[in-house]
Amino acid sequence: MERLNILELDKKAIEIRKDVLKMLMIAGSGHTGGSLSSVDILVALYYHKLKNDPSNPLWNERDRFLLSKGHGCPALYAVLAHKGYFSKDLLWTLRKLGSQLQGHPQIGLAGVEISSGSLGQGLSIANGIALGLRMDKIVSRVYCLMGDGETNEGQVWEAAMTAAHYKLDTVCGIIDCNKLQIDGFCCEVKDPGIHKHKWQEFGWNAIEVNGHDIAGLIDAFDQAEKVKGKPTMIIAHTVKGKGVSFIENKAEWHGVSPKKEEYEEAIRELDEALNTIK
Amino acid sequence: MTDQKMKMAPTRDGFGRGLLKLGKENKDVVVLSADLTESTRAAWFQKDYPERFFGMGVAEQDMLCTAAGLALTGKIPFACTFGVFASGRAWDQIRISIAYMKLNVKIVGTHAGISVGPDGATHQALEEIALMRILPNMTVVVPCDALEAQRATVEAANVRGPVYLRFGRASIPVITREEDTFKIGKANILRAGKDVTIIACGQMVYEAMLACDELGKEGISARLINLHTPKPIDRDAIISAAYETGAIVTVEEHTVLGGMGSAVAEVVAQVRPVPIKMVGIQDRFGVSGDPDKLFEYFGLTPKNIMIAAKEAIAMKGK
Repeated sequence: MERLNILELDKKAIEIRKDVLKMLMIAGSGHTGGSLSSVDILVALYYHKLKNDPSNPLWNERDRFLLSKGHGCPALYAVLAHKGYFSKDLLWTLRKLGSQLQGHPQIGLAGVEISSGSLGQGLSIANGIALGLRMDKIVSRVYCLMGDGETNEGQVWEAAMTAAHYKLDTVCGIIDCNKLQIDGFCCEVKDPGIHKHKWQEFGWNAIEVNGHDIAGLIDAFDQAEKVKGKPTMIIAHTVKGKGVSFIENKAEWHGVSPKKEEYEEAIRELDEALNTIK
Repeated sequence: MTDQKMKMAPTRDGFGRGLLKLGKENKDVVVLSADLTESTRAAWFQKDYPERFFGMGVAEQDMLCTAAGLALTGKIPFACTFGVFASGRAWDQIRISIAYMKLNVKIVGTHAGISVGPDGATHQALEEIALMRILPNMTVVVPCDALEAQRATVEAANVRGPVYLRFGRASIPVITREEDTFKIGKANILRAGKDVTIIACGQMVYEAMLACDELGKEGISARLINLHTPKPIDRDAIISAAYETGAIVTVEEHTVLGGMGSAVAEVVAQVRPVPIKMVGIQDRFGVSGDPDKLFEYFGLTPKNIMIAAKEAIAMKGK
């Protein structure tokens, strides 16, 4: 990757964060912390990795991206709008009656591959898609983003076994490992241990990466694609609420949106960050 | 129809044959199984079409969502396990990843009802009709015999959207014929009658038929409806029955709370209120026992149906 490109992507990620905060501020509710933590992962995927066509969202040979952590949808919606899947005007209708931008994603909105919000289901769906594509000899990759709290769900581990058993090397999971869930720090709520070891034991290739380092993420996705015969899990270490100092690393920002003054303060901070990227 | 030499077969066998037919006719049909492959008859498909069969182990939640993923690529997955696990263990997966997305997944719950017998309460699915019919977009089919089960299976593949198919373990009489019409959502009237209507589904249709014939001998003219599709419900058949016979008995191998009888009552109460008696499991769990004894124990015999019919008739106009 050229340095310029990465800088552009870093800028894009900040623009997305600003839109996410605006969406949440206007909506008056929603999940701020886990949306901000996953922005860089989404930018790396949508602006570099995914084979897709926003003008033809159901193109059969596209790579699929499944947001299993459905509560993080403001970040996905913002990225999809920036990519041109739908008008940016729609972003400001988030969570309002009549909006396609439901509080948790619903299929029917261009670019949204699955309805989600009840945690732990996305990876199984990713496996099913990968099996179906394999039957049709379509060479597309299936990405599935989960939260680290989400891995409390037993179904995640059922899906882990399925993907390894069927050698689904087109499946690439990502854990947005922001270390927090609603009740507090993941290690205090129900200690997940070392994610990487767990996935390796389940027969997966596992890669750890800084989830805010877009170049590093791209490199991890490229590495994952080269691994044959087993699925890959990318453990992306992130900061919940990333980019806004007073939101970062605070469990209480899991399910609340910024008020107007908080929003304005956050935007000032993000604009400063934008100005430092030259 | 009460011929002693009547052909007997479990509805799950009809399902197995239906799958084989689909396997041959429709390359998009795939089958998933949660470790009960022989019991559910999914094994018959697996043997002939191994490349379209996916064993999922004892993991119902994973199976239903994997089926959802396959449906997203245009496949028509049949996900098979016992009814208790299909409808209960994976209910949230069915709700969010199948019904909400209106995906083309066929959920197959075998070993339904008390006819499983000795395995007892944990394996006797008595709640699936309720659990499945309350979900938007869901179709629920409860075939009355092996032939109807085969036809329901084949027709389910043509329904765009999720379908729950309820099958039993035990061998039961085959009472439908090839020349009978079968259409999902369209009830079949098996006996004409004007004094009372008996509405049954699944294996209780045969028991209700015996009750109908006995009632006839006593001078009571009972209509018999095979309501093989509790959802979408055939409102016309039910409303006509309410108007024309003025009393209804529902019969199901299922809890009377929220099941087929409740679905009938929802229609009747809002259009043409008439007395309804519900024969079924009365708000309790099952128990171990020989299936025949259990039908007596739970009051699911032709005799019980006859008593209910007379009670419903007696309630008319009161």
